[in-house]
Amino acid sequence: MKRIYIHEEYCIGCRLCEIHCLVHHSESKKIVKAFKEEFPRAMSRLVVEEQGYLSFALQCRHCEEAPCVEACITGAMHRDPETNAILCDQEKCVGCWMCVMVCPFGVIKRDMEIKQVASKCDLCQGEEVPVCVRNCPNEAITFEER
Amino acid sequence: MSLSLYPSEFRIERDPERCIVCQVCVRQCANDCHVYDEDDDCIVSNERNCVGCHRCATLCPTNAITITQNPSDFKTNANWTARVIKDIYKQAESGGVLLTGMGCDRQLPSYFDRMLLNASQVTNPSIDPLREPMELRTHLGSKPERVDFKRTGEGFDLTTELSPQLVIDTPILFSAMSYGSISYNACLALATAAQTVGTFYNTGEGGLHKDFYPYGENTIAQVASGRFGVHAEYLDVAAAIEIKIGQGAKPGIGGHLPGEKVSEEISQTRMIPVGTDAISPAPHHDIYSIEDLRQLIFALKEATGYRKIAAVHNVAPIASGIIRAGADIVAIDGLRGGTGAAPTMIRDHVGIPIELAIAAVDRRLREEGIRHRASIIAGGGFRNSADIVKAIALGADAVYIATAALVAMGCHLCQKCYTGKCNWGIATQDPYLTKRLNPNIAQRRLVNLLHGWSLEIKEMLGGMGINAIESLRGNREHLRGVGMTQNELDILGIKSAGEAW
Repeated sequence: MKRIYIHEEYCIGCRLCEIHCLVHHSESKKIVKAFKEEFPRAMSRLVVEEQGYLSFALQCRHCEEAPCVEACITGAMHRDPETNAILCDQEKCVGCWMCVMVCPFGVIKRDMEIKQVASKCDLCQGEEVPVCVRNCPNEAITFEER
Repeated sequence: MSLSLYPSEFRIERDPERCIVCQVCVRQCANDCHVYDEDDDCIVSNERNCVGCHRCATLCPTNAITITQNPSDFKTNANWTARVIKDIYKQAESGGVLLTGMGCDRQLPSYFDRMLLNASQVTNPSIDPLREPMELRTHLGSKPERVDFKRTGEGFDLTTELSPQLVIDTPILFSAMSYGSISYNACLALATAAQTVGTFYNTGEGGLHKDFYPYGENTIAQVASGRFGVHAEYLDVAAAIEIKIGQGAKPGIGGHLPGEKVSEEISQTRMIPVGTDAISPAPHHDIYSIEDLRQLIFALKEATGYRKIAAVHNVAPIASGIIRAGADIVAIDGLRGGTGAAPTMIRDHVGIPIELAIAAVDRRLREEGIRHRASIIAGGGFRNSADIVKAIALGADAVYIATAALVAMGCHLCQKCYTGKCNWGIATQDPYLTKRLNPNIAQRRLVNLLHGWSLEIKEMLGGMGINAIESLRGNREHLRGVGMTQNELDILGIKSAGEAW
């Protein structure tokens, strides 16, 4: 499957990936509205790790053997049979956050506003290229089949 | 500390309707122009630091930022212009020499802009480069006096021994920019782009990082007065050697790479201790005459050699001397040529425009009957393919571009290269900033630029009814001048617009 690959040597720490991820997962999908009019504000599904000048954007790796899927008590965390992406069914999620505990990359976030749903990368289902990749100004993340 | 009288050069306008306080501008500005105010959850501008590089405006996801010239004017005075007054304020505060980067930006007459190209339509019908072959390949080097051959059973065999030639697929080379003045990624982009296009890039006086040895076939290694990073392997790995005598942006003075830019990698490449200033003297201390130069040329000729001089008033006889000293290629650099750092007064007031230098050198060499003994590469402010066509019609064999290459990579000509804080990751060694130039993107953009320019050159040649760049070289009949005095036309060796054969 196509995955997001990280080229940390070119990550400039601008966090535009984070901003565009947030916008894409907002109600309106409009940047100014998403930031200024929607409350609670949508969450970005990725994290930007930074230490000194080293930085990179990290999203769910959509592991082949996904610990979050195994740990999920309700079956909310599942693999999409068509795209192979790991998705979270918000209807089923009860907010036990076991997935958060077992994720080896720390990329599943708790949505404190709703307190039920884990927030994680869905590879922008329906988009040809995830918005973080499309909006990275320096090609520090790429979406490719390897 | 007293109040600085130097006004902000730019205004940062932030549209509050659009600003989403995402802080991309805060993270991207190396000059701390944007500061996040936590109490009010807003971003405030520190306009005094702004250099007008447009990094923030380019990356702002909502186009909320506009950078404009500070409209605040001094009282109109034809002599004491704002530029003059500001320079004095700056110098009264610092007590030092005014420094700047890039090429001369004064409004001097541009001869390129006053020359027009010819198009033939009836007697020498125009050619469509998309349908018919069009040759841009150029051979740089010394050409033989005459060619001898003998008949063999199947055809002819050349008996004349030819000098080594640098073959370029388009008459454009990347001119000297050292590793140190520009970043590793910028050097890598130039090297890979030169290889893809089939041309050369020039190491400048900073030596050659070992990682770039694989691009040796597309490398011109420079030997400058400081001799930084010059060793046998460096000379061997490159396809040609350039002895740098001067530089258009700062004729008559040497180079200076501040110690802060001399990192571990640069120290190894230049063969100097980490953190020491890399100062190249104004002259080569072993070249005080054409005869001395001849000795150095022959010492370096185990590979191939050629020289570079800065265009000054007596450029023609000097070029002649250089060729007689044994150079295969002479590079001349004009007034508008760029640099990473130069004293402002030198950059803006020393030298001559490259157009006049090419014409003067080409004519002198023809008069002396030695034009074939060396190729001429002209550099110094080529902005587009039309400038290149005009330079070749004036007599250059090929041109050097550097400013245009930097602009293609993202440079916004803020002229602050000497500060080492290039927000575009080009003229800096700061690891936070160098990452901003992805060499793959930069290479793609450089290749695109050369590809586009080459196509345009072919179109212009086609319009003139010629199908090879060779036929344009020194063909001044294809140029006409507008708005020039008779003397200027004579120096350029061209007719006035409207004048026929």
